[in-house]
Amino acid sequence: MTDQQEWPLWEIFIRGQHGASHRHVGSLHAPDAEMAIKHARDVYTRRKEGVSIWAVPSAAIAASSPSKKGPMYDPAEDKTYRHPTFFDIPKEVGPM
Amino acid sequence: MSGDKFEFLLRMGDTTLILGHRLSEWCGKAPVLEEDIALANTALDLIGQTQMWLGLAAEVEGKGRSADDLAMLRDAWDFRCALLVEQPNGDFGRTIMRQYLFDQWHILALGALKANADERIAAIAAKAEKEVTYHVERSADLVVGLGDGTEESHGRMQAALDLLYPYVGEFFDTDAADQAAGFDPASLRDAYDTALTATMAEATLTLPDSRFAHKGGRTGQRHSEHLGHLLTEMQWLQRAYPGASW
Repeated sequence: MTDQQEWPLWEIFIRGQHGASHRHVGSLHAPDAEMAIKHARDVYTRRKEGVSIWAVPSAAIAASSPSKKGPMYDPAEDKTYRHPTFFDIPKEVGPM
Repeated sequence: MSGDKFEFLLRMGDTTLILGHRLSEWCGKAPVLEEDIALANTALDLIGQTQMWLGLAAEVEGKGRSADDLAMLRDAWDFRCALLVEQPNGDFGRTIMRQYLFDQWHILALGALKANADERIAAIAAKAEKEVTYHVERSADLVVGLGDGTEESHGRMQAALDLLYPYVGEFFDTDAADQAAGFDPASLRDAYDTALTATMAEATLTLPDSRFAHKGGRTGQRHSEHLGHLLTEMQWLQRAYPGASW
């Protein structure tokens, strides 16, 4: 058991029927990209959740460090003027 | 004539029913979670197709039986499933090999049946074909991956092919029941052989030379001993508690 190699981990992104962008739905193990798509189809689209699947090797994802949470995000806290809620958005623009 | 068509519909429905049940035996026990779910999905697809085939069989028979009655209240000698799908799961490799050998026939059979003169048969075939297109893509990929994999996986896949190939021939015998439904499985053999040869070559597996074929499943003349054991488990609840439902 101990020397058994695990399949690499993949992050799965799915675009729903009406969704405009792919969303992260979870991760799974697969030997290669093609099987990752197949597994994603079987694991995450059983209830017609999606019309498009992306699989990304988890190792390829660069993540921010949880320990730097303070300096990374706190400074944005008191800068309400960065929210675009002060503007009237014309209807023609559509959803943003 | 309608009796023969009934026979044909049982062949389709019993084969998907028994294979669906076999695959469901893996639920919770597959080597990895992803394959566990994939096998269960395939099992559910096949059970769904069974409902359609046996539902139509019951209608054609016209004796007031339902698809459930046909599935749960017949004994082994009344089943018309192919011998291949009765065979025990064995290891994961054997299950996948059995699946591919069936899927490759299934996709060709459905392709022919969706042009059937009986619209009801054509409609079931067209619906099932979408599901089976995925089944065969998946099982062929796995046969190639495992056949052309490690020494261990290659050995297991070759053993599975040697064991199961003699159950393939039965699928291509056309008789009166098939003809009554306008179905000629013998005409599918060339396309099947071409596909099988290509897949096995890619999988570095050797197809047995012998065309010897075990027969008697689709005609109901001689099932393997495994079918009775399977039915005992599958039908137990309806036999013990007749009419029980969710």
